[in-house]
Amino acid sequence: MAINGNTLATLKRGQKGIIKSVDAADPQVQRLMVLGLVEGAEVEHASSAIGGDPIEFRLFGCGISLRQEHAKYFQVAPVVAGD
Amino acid sequence: MTKRSEIRIPTTEIHVAGRLAASIAVVGNPNSGKSTLFNRLTGLKQKIGNYPGVTVEKHVGILKVDDQAIELVDLPGTHSLSAHSLEEHIAVDVIFGRMQGTKKPDGILAVLDATNLYQGLFLVQQLLELRLPTVIALTMTDAADQSGIGIDIEELRKQLGGVPICPVVATSGTGLESLRKAIAGIPDLPPPERIIVWPELSEAARRLAEGAREPIRFAELERLLLDGAIDANRPFLEKLSQDARDRLEAERDSLFGIEPPVARDARIRYAWVREVLAKVQHSAPPFYSWRTRVTAFLNRPIPGTIGLFVVMAIVFQAVFAWATPLMDLIDSAALALGASVTRTFGDGALASLIADGVIAGVGSVVIFLPQILILFLFIILLEDSGYLARAAYLMDRAMRSVGLSGQSIIPMISSFACAVPGIMATRVIPNRRDRIATILAAPFMTCSARLPVYALLIAAFVPATKVGFMNLQGLVLFGLYLFGIVAGILTALLIRKTALRGPKPPFALMLPEFRRPNLQTVLIQLLGRAKVFLYRAGTVIFAVAVIVWSLAYYPRADLLAPQVGQQRSIAAYTLSGEELAAEYQRIDNVAAAAQMEQSWLGRAGRFVEPAFAPLGWDWRVSAAVIAGFPAREVVIAVLGTVYAVGDEADEVTLSSRLKTSTWPDGRPVFTLPMVIGLLIFYACCLQCAATLAVIRRETNSWRWPIFAWTYMTAIGYIGALLAFQLGSN
Repeated sequence: MAINGNTLATLKRGQKGIIKSVDAADPQVQRLMVLGLVEGAEVEHASSAIGGDPIEFRLFGCGISLRQEHAKYFQVAPVVAGD
Repeated sequence: MTKRSEIRIPTTEIHVAGRLAASIAVVGNPNSGKSTLFNRLTGLKQKIGNYPGVTVEKHVGILKVDDQAIELVDLPGTHSLSAHSLEEHIAVDVIFGRMQGTKKPDGILAVLDATNLYQGLFLVQQLLELRLPTVIALTMTDAADQSGIGIDIEELRKQLGGVPICPVVATSGTGLESLRKAIAGIPDLPPPERIIVWPELSEAARRLAEGAREPIRFAELERLLLDGAIDANRPFLEKLSQDARDRLEAERDSLFGIEPPVARDARIRYAWVREVLAKVQHSAPPFYSWRTRVTAFLNRPIPGTIGLFVVMAIVFQAVFAWATPLMDLIDSAALALGASVTRTFGDGALASLIADGVIAGVGSVVIFLPQILILFLFIILLEDSGYLARAAYLMDRAMRSVGLSGQSIIPMISSFACAVPGIMATRVIPNRRDRIATILAAPFMTCSARLPVYALLIAAFVPATKVGFMNLQGLVLFGLYLFGIVAGILTALLIRKTALRGPKPPFALMLPEFRRPNLQTVLIQLLGRAKVFLYRAGTVIFAVAVIVWSLAYYPRADLLAPQVGQQRSIAAYTLSGEELAAEYQRIDNVAAAAQMEQSWLGRAGRFVEPAFAPLGWDWRVSAAVIAGFPAREVVIAVLGTVYAVGDEADEVTLSSRLKTSTWPDGRPVFTLPMVIGLLIFYACCLQCAATLAVIRRETNSWRWPIFAWTYMTAIGYIGALLAFQLGSN
């Protein structure tokens, strides 16, 4: 079930991942799912503000910024380069 | 939920020649280029109102195609028909025809951003389920080309059940003509075919609809299943049979189980979107434009943050430096106009009402315009270019530590120029609690109207000694700025922990690519802002100005006129030339001071003197402070009048008068502790009718302006009391 404990919060800059599961109990997380952060979506860590929070992700070509506290609800499988 | 149902306001009406053929809702994601497109389509034929009971603006415009007039309603941007924010609720309510004062749309213009088909199609698919005649405007096709996104429009149309798709570039106008024609044809279009992305949901909807009392649409059933029997869905619930109503919860349970419906909805529809994208969108190598380079550079944390400070410094400087000459111009124009009225109509009450009441009152409103226009020009440019979202993203962490969010940074910094546009700029903050906390903190920032009062008092009473490498006067001024910032932040923190306690809002900010703003759109928005300010705030400020005028003008001192005449003839007997003119001026100034002393305002000053005596203020200072409540910069003019140096006194004359002003027993009034107290009072007190009017407008209630005024006055009073009492003993 757990995918090596990788979440959106642990992705490194420039790294891509595919969302594998979402802990959707929190209405704030549901809101993020409406924005397209759902299972199967490929996400790339694009940048972060000073201090590493919030983080900007690329989602199908558009930028979306998340706080660390919300990013950890999204389990991801990192995409290995060359895949 | 919002309390929209109780409040009735008349529908906005636009008078147009020709018949109104249809009303079309313009729907799309935030940042999809929807408003730019709306502005391009309707030009100046639009009207900004408010939705009943809320502060969300309602933009309605008229599109003329041949002899047809089509009403376009620009809805707030939304990501889904499952509404989350107030803006989204409004958009969804209008679409479903449950918004009071806005009729159900006859059709939909769906705005789809070619650079963000992923989120766009998620919404468009839901819109098509409404089965209202729909046309899709595919915007930003130029930016998509540059980013290497190729879209097979024919295939997309096929995937979306044959709905007309018009590619446009709103900024340059490419494709607008054919879009206009397509919109004119919307009323004649058949309802779009339904795309079934979620068979189980359709099945459940079909079961619910069996034996319904009235025809019910699929989209309405879908809302019932997804959102349940919430208030907004009551009209749909009433269409169902009693049996179906009882079964609603069971149907929802079997559909979703323990999974939140919104989560399942998002998962299933986005899976469909990904399938469609795989068929219609192909990527080519991106074309490296200035846009990509700038974005890449500003994406890095340190350059990005430095860039933000540079941008803010430029904005701040422009608002101060560019606005000042214009404001001086307006000021002197108002003075000259007032003087010419006095020359033409003499010294009567009517002339004074026109010159000192109406012209000065209107002047005090209009004088804010240069700052407001310049600041809003920048804010609109920053917003339309996509930079505002990035600024909020960069500052989020710092602002969070003081209980606000990143979006509060622009309103707060703007308020150093003037709180009025600063408060108007809080509209970018989606969370209501954050927004009100920011609105309450904003008036503490040292605005440009406080500066002349600070300058006068500091120059007169703070010694210009060196403290280290700084001048004590400069240090005090700096301290006052800092004091405002700290007081504002503490206020925001306090209010977020007490009256506006609540969960931290989710911070999910879409960060659009940088784009070039369109001049026409920028100007239309700027004009809209100016109109809103002049109409809504202007009326209140004007009324208050006239009231203050009458307080200072009445009752007339009947005995004064003969005395003035007598003194003038004595002077004419003994003096001549320039000396005589100076003496005339002195006599007029003394007469004005005597008039002020026995006017309602002077009496009010005497009346409240006991209340302000613990602060060390005499009746003159008290009267000036009372007169300054509508507009703080008035204080200098009133002090000039009561100290008989004329209301156009230069600082040197006035400050020497202040220094020699004494109590009846000979003690000086203006001691250092009293002046420090007065400065603190000034730093806190909300002496600005324009700000109060804008808070009223932006929060849609009198509660917040009354609270802000009381709170800030109380803090100012206590601060001044402490400074005077501790300093004097």
